[in-house]
Amino acid sequence: MRIGLFVTCLTDTLFPDTGKAVVTLLERLGHQVEFPMDQSCCGQMHFNSGYRREAAPMARGFAAAFAGFEAIVTPSASCAAMVREYHPVLAAHDPGLARDVAEVAPRVHDLATFLTSVLGVTDVDAYFPHRVTYHPTCHSLRMMHVGDAPLRLLRSVRGLELVDLPDAETCCGFGGTFAVKNADVSAAMCADKVAAIRATRAEVVCAGDNSCLMHIGGALSRMRTGVRTMHLAEILASGDGT
Amino acid sequence: MTGSMPTYLGMPAFPDAARAAVANSQLRRNLTHATTAIRTKRARAVAELGDWEDLRQAAKAIKDHVLANLGTYLVRLEENVTKAGGTVHWARDAAEANAIVADLVLAARGGGRVVKVKSMATQETGLNEALAERGITPIETDLAELIVQLGDDLPSHILVPAIHRNRAEIGDLFRRTMPDAPRDLTDEPPQLAAAARAHLRSEFLSAQVGISGANFAVADTGSLVVVESEGNGRMCLTLPRTLISVVGVEKVLPSWRDLEVFLALLPRSSTAERMNPYTTIWSGVTPGDGPDSFHLVLLDNGRTATLRDPVGRQALRCIRCSACLNVCPVYERAGGHAYGSPYPGPIGAILSPQLRGLSSPVDASLPFASSLCGACYEVCPVAINIPEALVHLRARSVESQRHYPERSVFKLSGYVLRSPRRLAAAQRAVALSRFVAGRKGRIRRLPPPLSAWTDTRDAPAPPPESFRAWWARTRGGAS
Repeated sequence: MRIGLFVTCLTDTLFPDTGKAVVTLLERLGHQVEFPMDQSCCGQMHFNSGYRREAAPMARGFAAAFAGFEAIVTPSASCAAMVREYHPVLAAHDPGLARDVAEVAPRVHDLATFLTSVLGVTDVDAYFPHRVTYHPTCHSLRMMHVGDAPLRLLRSVRGLELVDLPDAETCCGFGGTFAVKNADVSAAMCADKVAAIRATRAEVVCAGDNSCLMHIGGALSRMRTGVRTMHLAEILASGDGT
Repeated sequence: MTGSMPTYLGMPAFPDAARAAVANSQLRRNLTHATTAIRTKRARAVAELGDWEDLRQAAKAIKDHVLANLGTYLVRLEENVTKAGGTVHWARDAAEANAIVADLVLAARGGGRVVKVKSMATQETGLNEALAERGITPIETDLAELIVQLGDDLPSHILVPAIHRNRAEIGDLFRRTMPDAPRDLTDEPPQLAAAARAHLRSEFLSAQVGISGANFAVADTGSLVVVESEGNGRMCLTLPRTLISVVGVEKVLPSWRDLEVFLALLPRSSTAERMNPYTTIWSGVTPGDGPDSFHLVLLDNGRTATLRDPVGRQALRCIRCSACLNVCPVYERAGGHAYGSPYPGPIGAILSPQLRGLSSPVDASLPFASSLCGACYEVCPVAINIPEALVHLRARSVESQRHYPERSVFKLSGYVLRSPRRLAAAQRAVALSRFVAGRKGRIRRLPPPLSAWTDTRDAPAPPPESFRAWWARTRGGAS
């Protein structure tokens, strides 16, 4: 299977360790991963903010960069959902692009469902001896329908103590530009998420989207909670000696 | 033509109103308490039905069919209401509807007091204020609406308009504003309900005119349907000699078979009940039974304008259950008043800017008053894809408004992000900015507008090397 890594612009720019972890993990599972250098951004921020004219070339660029891959895996359920649900909307008035998008978009998978549903693995031979809680991000839950795939993956990690997060399915308040445009409500939502995380007494909060983790982690750090955020990929890539 | 909601003119933009609400400890406590209770109960009530998703899809299909054939069903409704002895009036906007109602009230008994059933349509048109200007005193008889009216307040929830008030605040309000309240009235809910009951009873018995909305209107038989919990609605619908119902044009259903679907969905979604205590259905007038004069005012007020938008029009499927409000994390923290409309919460964020247009500060801000978490879509009994409608309206807003200086930021970032080469260059520039980061790789403060982020959250310091730079270095830029 020819696997392309869609790393996303946010992870590429600010969280390269997550991208490296996806590569490490998939190679450990015996797969080759390619990173098409022509990729940039899926256009979600522009699309969700109403700037469709700016987002459309990004949908075009995505379809071109990932043409020919059997599977496209990304460490962001939110960006995967953008490609699957909204690239067809952006391509609606361009039959050529619509064809390309229809070809590529259904092959985009978030990391957790790619592992459990496409590759059919839940035990990725990871070792992570820490107390961890998992926050199901909204788009992973309600757009990509990952279900309990991330939890099954985490439960199979040796040494990992998984603690249930209270009110886990409530949004953390990130919401893209919402975090800045409605900063007060966003911060109020984050405060409650942080309180729920603290109640678990976990050392690490884990999720499948670096965007939400950047928001939650920013608050955890500001309040000096000593709790750190980690992308699911980084936990799954951890092994003895790494 | 877009509509108007006169009561809410001049409301501030959502983020400004929400800032005050977020800081209001009493409001926050009241809302969290109420919404948590009701959403838990709703989930339980919905889980009891094995065919919930089928019902939901059926309801969606019925509503979409009606909206696509609205003219046909409205004319059929008019014919059958008329045949049953009622009179149908058509109102293009709030002002027309209010004038029709006021004229009917004055013709029926020359002013005085009228009793009202809880009605979203008349909240939308600002009927109470319009009636007062004509010397008519409207009495709200739904307990929560009465609380709002006595407090000279605005409703903050579709189903529970006084959700922002707790029992202590209501007790205080009754003692101050209800002349016939017992002098030793406590804050206990049964006592508060008894006081309201005694207060309203004399109004029910003396009122000559009742005013209502309707949850549904059945075209085939010209029947109107009001679904409620308290029974006060039924008093208003059956005791006065004249009944006037103001109903949005989208409330029409083809037949009783269609009604069945909604009577299964609505109570479980709104009050988390298997069946609501009172469902009143009437067709025109019946001699010797109920009012002897019935008027139906069909209200447009921006609905046909909304119907023109193929994505936005799904908001007209709404049956006003409030499930989306009760699950919305933004509503729970910002409260209903911040939405500047009788329709708050996620549905309000897509309905109000369509009914009224996107031009006022509050309407322009409403499509952005969401983190797009999608909890609303998940619970909506008529499957309104609220996140989809929100991003659609955001695009309409960007197309029609200036959005200065934001537009230049998005244009520039779009220029960078769509090109892998320019993105890589930007990443190298960002890497150079590492010196502003704190010792632990955290940025504590950024200049505006990003200060809105760092006011409450640290920002991650950029890494020395982007992923693509690492890949190019270690894998030789292969592929």
